[in-house]
Amino acid sequence: MVLYLANSALDSPVVGWSLYDGTGERLHMAGDADEAPYSTGLAALIDGWRLIQASQLLPHPRGEEFDLSYLKYEFFFEQLIEVGP
Amino acid sequence: MTDPPLLSSAQVASFVARGFLRFDAAAPAEINEQFMADAGEIPKPAKGVKLRRVYGETLAATAIPEAPAGLPLAEVYPAGSALARLLDLPLVRGVLQSLLGDAPVFDHHFLHVTFPPAYHAAGGGENVSQHTHQDSTIDPRLAFDVQLMYFPHAVSREMGGTRFVPGTHLRKVSEVAVGRYQNLRGQQHMVCEAGTLLFLHHGMWHGGGVNRSERTRTMFKIRVRASGRQTRRWDLSDLAAPVAQRPIFLRKSAPEAGSVETILTTPEPWFEQDTGRLEFVNRIKLWRYLTEDPLYDADYWLTRLEAVAAN
Repeated sequence: MVLYLANSALDSPVVGWSLYDGTGERLHMAGDADEAPYSTGLAALIDGWRLIQASQLLPHPRGEEFDLSYLKYEFFFEQLIEVGP
Repeated sequence: MTDPPLLSSAQVASFVARGFLRFDAAAPAEINEQFMADAGEIPKPAKGVKLRRVYGETLAATAIPEAPAGLPLAEVYPAGSALARLLDLPLVRGVLQSLLGDAPVFDHHFLHVTFPPAYHAAGGGENVSQHTHQDSTIDPRLAFDVQLMYFPHAVSREMGGTRFVPGTHLRKVSEVAVGRYQNLRGQQHMVCEAGTLLFLHHGMWHGGGVNRSERTRTMFKIRVRASGRQTRRWDLSDLAAPVAQRPIFLRKSAPEAGSVETILTTPEPWFEQDTGRLEFVNRIKLWRYLTEDPLYDADYWLTRLEAVAAN
């Protein structure tokens, strides 16, 4: 699960989200949910997800301070699920 | 009223801030029906026939003409065709003139067809939505093209609808590099009546929705650019003269609804807290370009920065 937050704090609100199910049980895709799975990144932690990566905070290159491109606050979570043999 | 009816300053400000203007059921039924006839029959699903082949046969058979990029838009569609009649609607002429100026230039067009599950089952493919993307490639211009999306028949939520994310158009990204983002707060799905028109800034993040209905979904897109000056081309009669800055932060009442300043400083639900302010900065820069007013500001966002830079 990837959560995009409103700032770099893990307890800030979720503004975007993606889910990729490695068990193959569910196929998630673009535009498939208009409600976020969690209200904050911390709520996902509390529900048992493990944070495995957070985007770095990088300085803004001189002259490009106002240019916007990709979302800044990306947090990757994982959940381990037992599947049958 | 002008002929054609031009956009108001509030409508253009909304396009600057949110990147789209939507007009429901704007094209009459006879144009919609004629368009569907011009678009042509789509082959029925057949076992073992892949979607790519179905799509190729659909495009090969359509009465909609091929057209080279760079033609004057007025020369692309035969007189009397559904698309010529659509482009001649006063509303369409007015929107394009307001955003692009006179004699807009054709870039490209495409017949988008989204197929229901039976086609995917027959061809062995997977029925999924299109990844979110920005059209073309990285585009650092302040000037903008307009993409007209025409929905010639009614679209239900089950049919997928084109998905777009208001306010993403000023982000400089590389096409489908944003495909990782499945859902963003505030995303919209085009559920609409027949004849609905969506005018998009070329930078809008969007994608085709998955079609889970029993019929194909058709949308026609035309990309158009300016041939000359695109600034100050809307109905300027309601464009207020620049006024003194209004109070910010400590405010005792809500800001005036509908003013250009309020429109340009209204955030989208997906905005990050800090870069949301940069979105305001970029909206103000685009408004300066369109109004040819290099000193315009809303809520002091640029004046503050420029004052510092001058010292």
